[in-house]
Amino acid sequence: MRKLALSDDILMQIEKPARYIGGEVNSVMKEKEKVDIRFAMCFPDLYEIGMSHLGIQILYDMFNRREDTWCERVYSPWTDLDKVLREKNIPLFALESQDPVRDFDFLGITIQFEMCYTNILQILDLSRIPLHSSDRTEKDPFVIGGGPCTCNPEPLADFFDIFYIGEGETVYDELLDAYKTWKSSGKSRKAFLETAAQIEGLYVPAFYDPEYNTDGTLRSFVPNNINAPATVKKQVVMDVTDASYPMNPVVPFIKATQDRVVLEIQRGCIRGCRFCQAGMIYRPTRERNVDKLKEYARTMLKNTGHEEISLSSLSSSDYSDLKELVTFLIDEFRGKGINISLPSLRIDAFSLDVMSKVQDIRKSSLTFAPEAGSQRMRNVINKGLTEEDILDGAGQAFEGGWTKVKLYFMLGLPTETEEDMREIARLSDRVARRYYEIPKEQRNGKCQITASSSFFVPKPFTPFQWAPMCTAEEYMRRAGIVKEEFHSQLNRKSLKYNWHDAQVTVLEGVMARGDRKTGKVVEEAYRLGCLFDSWTESFHNDLWMQAFENTGIDPDFYNLRERGEDELFPWDFIDTGVTRKFLRREWENAMKESVTPNCRQQCSGCGAARFGGGVCYEGKN
Amino acid sequence: MKARIKFRKYGALRFIGHLDVMRFFQKVMRRADIPIAFTGGYSPHMIMSFASPLGIGLSSDGEYFDIELTAPVSSSEAVQRMNEACVEGIEVVSFRQISEEKKMTGMTILAAADYLVRPHDRRCFLPEDWTARFEAFLSRPEIRIVKQTKRSEKEVDIRPMIYKWTVRGDAVYLQLAAGSVQNLKPDLVMEAFCRYLDSDTDTSEASAGPEDFSYHRLEMYADAGTDTEKKLVTLESLGTEIA
Repeated sequence: MRKLALSDDILMQIEKPARYIGGEVNSVMKEKEKVDIRFAMCFPDLYEIGMSHLGIQILYDMFNRREDTWCERVYSPWTDLDKVLREKNIPLFALESQDPVRDFDFLGITIQFEMCYTNILQILDLSRIPLHSSDRTEKDPFVIGGGPCTCNPEPLADFFDIFYIGEGETVYDELLDAYKTWKSSGKSRKAFLETAAQIEGLYVPAFYDPEYNTDGTLRSFVPNNINAPATVKKQVVMDVTDASYPMNPVVPFIKATQDRVVLEIQRGCIRGCRFCQAGMIYRPTRERNVDKLKEYARTMLKNTGHEEISLSSLSSSDYSDLKELVTFLIDEFRGKGINISLPSLRIDAFSLDVMSKVQDIRKSSLTFAPEAGSQRMRNVINKGLTEEDILDGAGQAFEGGWTKVKLYFMLGLPTETEEDMREIARLSDRVARRYYEIPKEQRNGKCQITASSSFFVPKPFTPFQWAPMCTAEEYMRRAGIVKEEFHSQLNRKSLKYNWHDAQVTVLEGVMARGDRKTGKVVEEAYRLGCLFDSWTESFHNDLWMQAFENTGIDPDFYNLRERGEDELFPWDFIDTGVTRKFLRREWENAMKESVTPNCRQQCSGCGAARFGGGVCYEGKN
Repeated sequence: MKARIKFRKYGALRFIGHLDVMRFFQKVMRRADIPIAFTGGYSPHMIMSFASPLGIGLSSDGEYFDIELTAPVSSSEAVQRMNEACVEGIEVVSFRQISEEKKMTGMTILAAADYLVRPHDRRCFLPEDWTARFEAFLSRPEIRIVKQTKRSEKEVDIRPMIYKWTVRGDAVYLQLAAGSVQNLKPDLVMEAFCRYLDSDTDTSEASAGPEDFSYHRLEMYADAGTDTEKKLVTLESLGTEIA
């Protein structure tokens, strides 16, 4: 029987002990003496969040297919266990073997959002791995980071030995093979990092030196080691159909946020919304073969026993064989008590028809993401959705029996005027008006329109990477304007407006476009006690502000200025395939309120065609 | 057709709560392809009912749930397929056909449960002769405790709900009332015992508590006797093997 790292006493005194015991269905056990490489794969947030993440499941499965490698999982201990581990001096452990992370060869950490940065330091600290890469010795694991935030890894540069830039399916095998050779060679830690730096897509931060201008902007960023390339190429899987996909994902005992089979139908998005980082860094759009997906659905449902299956992509409606796939799922599984979840669908006759088949209309709500209230603003961000689309879609839905609509908006977008802000409320009201156009006797009581706004954070490798942000006060003032406008609407009683907090937005802004200097703030914030910053109950803005003050780093420098056209960015050493020239052209188009067609309508020459596949070559061979 | 499943829960799986055990078995049914019946409606769910939830931290050799089948499946095959779909810490012991009567579900007929209670390894505050003291404790005609309910607290005598007990080495065996009419949890007995120990000794000493013991459920019973005389039979024995 597996021996647990935590005693019964500890497990009985903490919340949800099942987070820490491992042993779930499809978790992989191996004999540690019989493998060469032990890989601890970490999602630096709660188990329930981390277990819902597809990327980890893909890599976990891919690594464990190798006979010489045992990949295990690690998640952030919640604050209750964090306290116990420190008090009782228990090192952080991996779920499968329950062995200390420190004994592993690699600690891989996926970096999905900016507000998990202090959690990364917690993982290192509790594992007793020195926080700084430069302090690690031959006894420590190699700490490797991956995930979307690595397209600007600089705020975390001091804490990682290696970053894997791009999609994980391509060069990990090469890295693991190189590790085995290195391990038996007895060479230095640095020697392995030099080998890693030569593998395409891998970035070893210690091999690069940033220099700054007197105004704080980056002057140069050059390798200090001959093995490190000047430019690191983002990794892309061109054949997504035959790429590794987990047929036996781990099934948690406790309810995870996503407790279902996830079918990733495509990668990338053809739309080109100018605020969206995913839409730029996952170019070109690549579809998985529909027959393969059907086979996956059947096998994965059987192997997990899940009662729900969900499609995953940035924009499901753009998947070419969506009708075929959805019809198959409904015909095949609906009768077997399997729920079918269809997120990110454009609302039209087809989607309303399938949704009426898979959900209870009276209880469910429809979601639109206009992102901005006015057409002018939507042109700036290149969001193709028109007011007509929204009102038509909502109208059809209302006639079909739906009464609840959710609308998602962003505030603080570049060039935003007061008129644009007020249009959020007015558009929401026009949706409600559309409902009350239906004769009273055919209606189902009142409608419920819920509008939510988040504050826009400019991200690297998007056309808005040059854009200035606002102060927290200014964001709240804008939310106040929208709120006031909601109160003066005709159907105000059917409208609800929620807005997000602005303090987190400011921090996200600093981390998203931060340079290597901002790592000091993360470390100081962690030392002051910041942890689980994305959880409202454990977020302490005052400590973060203290951390900025203690380190002498000014958040306004990162957020409030409009960056110069030729400014060297901390992330410019990465080549994502999409050119800076294209991004700048899109920035200028945004300023002209001019719309760029999507990839299927017309190629805009973003640069991703260089990868030689996907939507760029559809119908061309 | 109805079936009753008996299973064991041990090791790390002691830390999985009752609701999660239910979810676990729903997924086992699908993985093992057991022809279980569903309710109707927009969100159909499996027809499955557990005899008695087991608290977090407890292990068991005798857990039960009943299901409705849409087609027959042989006992041996069902047990094998379910165990192939299980993990270490849960083991299906039997799969038997039971009466179609509604009032015969495990939850309805449950009358008693057996437990084995033993101190944890570290037993700093428990006297060496604790089992002897336990005998003295249970030899009393009544054991009054304050039972907390959601609305109020009331004093009850739990002695009549302790049907049987014996000392087994360094552990004690308890047979306690279970089910919807009367239900006594073993940790409540041990809490009363620890309080009894406290009243007997110098109060300045640190004392033991119910958390110093581990609890293991051995079996669950229905009462097949008459109004005047109890006759406990295991829930398993009320079912028959499916060929």
